[in-house]
Amino acid sequence: MKDLEKYTLRIADTSLILAQRLSEWCSNGPTLEEDIALSNISLDLFGQANGLLDYVSKLNGEKSADEIAFKRNERQFYNLQICEQENGHFGDTIIRQFLCDSYFKLFYSSLANSKDEILSAIANKSLKEVEYHLRHSSNWVIRLGDGTKESNQKIQTSLNQIWKFTGEFFEMDELDNIMLKKNIGVDNNNLKEEWDLIVNKTLKQAKLTRPNDGYMMNGSKQGLHTEYLGKILAQMQYLPRAYPDAKW
Amino acid sequence: MQSGKIAEIWTLLGTVPDPEIPAISVVELGVIRDVKFLNNEFIISVTPTYSGCPAVKTFQDDIKTQLNQNKIHNFKIEIVYKPAWTTDWMSNETKEKLRKYGISPPEKFAQCPQCSSTSIELISEFGATACKSLYKCKDCLEPFEHFKCI
Ligand SMILES: [Zn+2]
Repeated sequence: MKDLEKYTLRIADTSLILAQRLSEWCSNGPTLEEDIALSNISLDLFGQANGLLDYVSKLNGEKSADEIAFKRNERQFYNLQICEQENGHFGDTIIRQFLCDSYFKLFYSSLANSKDEILSAIANKSLKEVEYHLRHSSNWVIRLGDGTKESNQKIQTSLNQIWKFTGEFFEMDELDNIMLKKNIGVDNNNLKEEWDLIVNKTLKQAKLTRPNDGYMMNGSKQGLHTEYLGKILAQMQYLPRAYPDAKW
Repeated sequence: MQSGKIAEIWTLLGTVPDPEIPAISVVELGVIRDVKFLNNEFIISVTPTYSGCPAVKTFQDDIKTQLNQNKIHNFKIEIVYKPAWTTDWMSNETKEKLRKYGISPPEKFAQCPQCSSTSIELISEFGATACKSLYKCKDCLEPFEHFKCI
């Protein structure tokens, strides 16, 4: 696989898997408004993934975007592990979304300056959307953290549990370095400082304690995942795999 | 010269309604970015409102149907992402159509489309479609949708 193709695929997979996860809230939201909100955010992420996968398909020259989404196995997916984590309760989902939205905002702001015109255009477009998502998730983090004693405890636990997946946002591997050198990719290390500022500010307002950076999970850049990805793919890919010519 | 044909295509596109808000056309929505003639076919450049807007697929099909019915077959629809769609492209006339249709148009402050009151309350940042949020008017108590500015 070419460098640019793999780099784009990583970004696409992160959006795709988080979109698929969020879509599980559709018809299960705690209120009608939140059901619609989470489904809308999921749709935006699917749309971003779609644009990116179309580009991967073009770079690949053989496989269609659908084939790429539906006909790869776990080890061939490169989404950040945080995206595949279970939805849990509403607070678990909101914390995961908040941490991801904060990262997306900075990642796409930086990718918008990419020398690659298509990546830059998709990043610009996505940035407008993720900023809106971040406003939604931040408001909920504050509302739940600074809510009742029970809601505070619950979302603090959510935060503590997901924290070990935030290290992957800032990792750089060989491919990242190559793409950075070509002025196409993002310097992930560089995002950390501003991400800390955004996250710390909201957590403080929410009366939540930032967990210590202990052991951090990693491996998605090599296609290593937690047990949950396989189950997501089983659901997402079942139909196109069982009925390869199905149209819908 | 294909300029007459290009003008005809623009006119036809102006009759294709937005699938979610039929009061305005896809041209008024601002998603048709360009129509040009290249290598014996017309290229219609379309930009999505929101990346995941399900209406994008629908209005592409509607455009195809409308052009085919008018005996135009040599065209291709191309998705472009740059510049990203913005509600700034909507004319005042279009905004007025939205208001009459019952949607508070994309202006900085939402306003009740029924009674023009600005005493309003946000119910949800996400409405029935990605492009709208949900408000309630504190004067006439009617709920209404506001087209978000992006
Ligand atoms: Zn009113």
